[in-house]
Order: sequence, then structure tokens, then C-alpha cells
Amino acid sequence: MAATIVEKIFSKKCGREIRAGEVVMAPLDGAMIHDITGPLAIQKFYEMGGKTVFDKKRVIMLFDHQIPADSIEAANNHVYMRKFAAEQDIHNYDINEGVCHQVTIEKGRAAPGEIVVGADSHTCMYGAAGAFATGIGSTDMGFALKFGALYFKVPETIRAEVSGKFPRRVGAKDLILAIAHDIGADGATYKAIEFTGKTVRKLDMAGRMTLCNMAIEMGGKAGIVAPDKVTWEYMKGRRKMRPFALDSDADATFAEKRSYDVSDLEPQVAVPHNVDTGVPVSKVAGTHVDQVFIGSCTNGRFEDLKEAAEVLGKKKFSPKIRTIIIPASRDEYLKTLKAGLIEKFVKAGALVEAPCCGPCMGGAFGLIAPGEVSLSTSNRNFKGRQGSTDGKVYLCSPATAAASAITGEITDPREV
Amino acid sequence: MAAKKSVPVRKIAPEAGPVAKNARTWKFGDDIDTDAIIPGRFLTINNPDELAKHAFEGTRDEYAKKVKPGDVIVGGRNFGCGSSREHAPLALVGGGVKVVVAQSFARIFFRNSVNVGVLPIVCPDADKIADGAAIRLDIKEGFIEADNKKYAIEPVPEFMQGIIDAGGLVEYAKNLKETPACTR
Repeated sequence: MAATIVEKIFSKKCGREIRAGEVVMAPLDGAMIHDITGPLAIQKFYEMGGKTVFDKKRVIMLFDHQIPADSIEAANNHVYMRKFAAEQDIHNYDINEGVCHQVTIEKGRAAPGEIVVGADSHTCMYGAAGAFATGIGSTDMGFALKFGALYFKVPETIRAEVSGKFPRRVGAKDLILAIAHDIGADGATYKAIEFTGKTVRKLDMAGRMTLCNMAIEMGGKAGIVAPDKVTWEYMKGRRKMRPFALDSDADATFAEKRSYDVSDLEPQVAVPHNVDTGVPVSKVAGTHVDQVFIGSCTNGRFEDLKEAAEVLGKKKFSPKIRTIIIPASRDEYLKTLKAGLIEKFVKAGALVEAPCCGPCMGGAFGLIAPGEVSLSTSNRNFKGRQGSTDGKVYLCSPATAAASAITGEITDPREV
Repeated sequence: MAAKKSVPVRKIAPEAGPVAKNARTWKFGDDIDTDAIIPGRFLTINNPDELAKHAFEGTRDEYAKKVKPGDVIVGGRNFGCGSSREHAPLALVGGGVKVVVAQSFARIFFRNSVNVGVLPIVCPDADKIADGAAIRLDIKEGFIEADNKKYAIEPVPEFMQGIIDAGGLVEYAKNLKETPACTR
């Protein structure tokens, strides 16, 4: 019987044919908690009578939102979580590795065919590794930690088929902003978005992560790319797994099918204060910016920083604005360092920080003042997201961010 | 849209309600995100009462000062979108709010709300309800009454009713005796 990838994953895990719409209590292959939602999850775990986590090898913890601790409250939360990790003997990456989603995939904690949950909405990013992964709240996580299972309403799938060759300086972020504009902020609520087509097949893991990361910005429960050579190559050294086939059947039932051609796609910018407001960069070119942030789980990988460096060339970042660059993880930081790009960014006037969420969540540092404008490669531009509710956040690709950081205003990366 | 009759409507656990007799509505628009409900800089706080002091800070500053236990939040489409932070429904709980009515909800917020004892009610005409309206909820009959006008509501998904009946996922989980997963 024809099925989508998501239906196949749930069917395999539950040992029977499962279709979208069914509610199942499914076993979990992995669970991730971080410093913001973790303390509450642990509290709920105990309140439910939890003694030991369902499988200590399948639970990971790390700190990325407020590191190094930026307040005594944050430090206290970290202490509480470290104690839990020690007591439960689960792997705590602590403040050392970077943004949770990047680290989870890098460490092989999400793999094709698996069901993984994270106490963070952008957990949907692990779909880039062929996993069904979704963000959950702290109480659900408490339940997951105790039982190793969770209720899921198996989602229908929107199939987004992408064709065409990306024009110069246009990439995955521009595509996902265009898709978000097309589908809308709630167009994929309760649904999975499967990214497919020749263009997706040619995308590297970094680009696929950018796509899947932002499924939630359309309300999506998961983003997913069928595992292929690129996926299995990436899994080498991270997980001992024999490659297997996992893809939606052509005659599976989809909620809808949408197709996109990137051949003529312009760099996209999402304007305040919603993510589904993407417009071609030409519509907002010249808008003054006060701060540019290149990083986050959406766009903080080496490939993103390399693109930014290429746009930068021998130029300098504008001294009139703040340019903040943060690799998404220690591995990505090291790759960037070895390629000489950290030095290049610092010499060009950027502030390069150690791997963490940075200004994305507006919780730790890099907050904007009333009236200020941030241009960011992260995933959300909600009012107040990066500081003052009287500030503005625009979202764009690393190339557009770099070009704009040079001029101090929103700039088409094809024109610098 | 009328409430679907095929799904039995069961009682709400006392913890999830009721709407206070003198309840008023706090009206918000479409796409109210969890950053608006509780900004990121307050997420080191885990106590509902403390979180409530910062609910809607920067979005609607008088809310935290004036909200009364039993008041009702009314939203438009896609209420609670964005971050998975459970601090958002907890910030409502801290202010005594136990019911949120909206045209539609973002998935994680909907689930988090049920889990912590806030009842999310889908009302296709929620946009027609005014701010500051006197409001009454009749789950059994499937409607809400705001400023003397009746609006149909949709039943809660059946699989979540057990959690609502228990008063939240913690209480529900306490009663579970074994790992309830399907085969691994």
C-alpha cells in the first residue's frame, strides 16, 4: 500500500501499517533537551514519578541559548541540568559543542528512519538526516524521558518538489523563505513538509538542514528529505548503519503537492514581523540596518560562512554597524577557522563569537534597542524576537547578510 | 461551523476551568507567537507566577497588571506559533487564565496548553469576539457566549480528552502503570 516517508517511518516503528491521521503512541529513538526548556522537562519528569530515563544512551543534553551563563538564573538552570545528567548518566555536551540541532545531527543522534524529539521547535531540522523529528514542549519531554514514547498524530505530508539551478548567490535560505511565503505561517500546521526534486537532491546537507529547519515557520510538524547518497555519506563516521531505501511512494496520498523552480529566484528577505513575508531583496534594498547576524541553526554552518566570506571578498564590514558572526557548532567553527575565514571576518570588522544561539532568541546577548533594525540569517523575525518590541528584524541568506554588512543597508548580494 | 456531533463531549477537569463569572476577554490578532506571550529574555524563569508578571510584555503591557483569574484569552488564526517554550502557557496559568479561544492554534502551543491544564478552544468565529467582552463557556452544548452572542466551538481531539480529564499530562502520566509504546 502506497505511503509517504512519514507513514513508512511510523509503520516500521509500530510494526503495522499506519497512515496519516492516526494517533499512535510511538517509541522514540532519541530525545534532546537544552538549557531553556530542559529544566522544566526534568521537573515534569520527576513530577510524573520518573526515576530513570527510558534509555540513557538515547537522551542528550546541551546548553546553547544562554552560554556561558549570562545571569545567575541561567547558571542555576545549568547546575540543575548538570546534576540531572550526572544522576542519569546521560551525555551532556554542556556549553562546549554549539547549537543543539546542529550538534544532534553532527553527533549522529538523528538518522534515517528514526523518530526523534527535541524540546525545541526547530527539532524539525533533523529531517535533513532522513529522520522524523519534531519539537515538543517540556511536559511532553518529561513524558518522553520517562516512557521513551510519545503520542503522535501521524501527519499528512505536503510534497514540495523543487527544480531548476540556483542562480549565483541564491540558495537554500532564499528557497525556504519563498516557500514560507507561498505556504504561509500556518499553511503546514499539523503537517510534514517533504522536500524533493532534482534541486533538493543536489543540495548538500547544510542546505537541506536550512530547508528542514524552517518547516516549523509554516506550522509544520516536521520537515524531511528522503535519505540518499548525500545523507548516507554524511552518516559515515557518525552512525554505523547500512544504507537502506526510504522514500515516499509516487502514488502515496499527499495533503498537497507544490512545485517550485529556483531558476529565476531572487535573493529573498522576510520583512518584519512574520516569517512568511518574503520579498525579493530588490523590494527592500537600501533599508538601513544597525546589526547583522550571520549564524544560528538555520545558517551557521561552514558552507554558510564560506558563502558570506566569498561575498565579503577583500572588502570590510561597515564600521557604522555591528556584524556578529557565530558558527553553529565547534566542528563548524574549526572548519571555518582552518579555512582562514575567522581571521578574515575579524579583520573585516566582525565580532566572531563561540558557537551558541547568539542574538537569534533575544535572550542572551546581541539584543536590539527600540528603533533599531537587525538583519539576520536566523529563522524568526517576530516582534521583539531579538530585543525591543519597537525594533525590527529582517531575515535573509548568509550572502545577503554579508553584502548588507558591507554597505550598512539591505543589499543584493549579486551587486557587491 | 457547528461542533461535530460524532465526537462525544466529556467533562473538563476542574483544573482546566471554569471561566470566572465576571470574566472578560483579552483579544489578540492572528499569528500571536510565543515570543509575544513571553519574551525570550524571561525564559530562565520556570515559576508560573513569576512568568505571569512578564506575560505579553512589550506586546500588551497592561495585561500582566490587569488580568484576573478566570479571564479568557481570545486569538485569531495560528495562536501560539513559533517557539516550543512551555513558559508561554505557564505564563497564562500564572495569571489564572485557564481557557484560550482562537480560530486556530499552532500545534506545539495547543499540546503544551493541554499538558499544563490550559484548555485551548477552537472557535471559527473567534475573530468576531470583542476585547473586554463578558464571556461564558458551555462545553457541553458546544458554544461560547460573548457579549450575549453565541459562537460555536469545536470539540477537543478525542485522544487529548483523557489528558484534559486528568487535569494535564503530569497527572495523566502518574496513572500510567507501564510503558505504553507500540512495539519498537
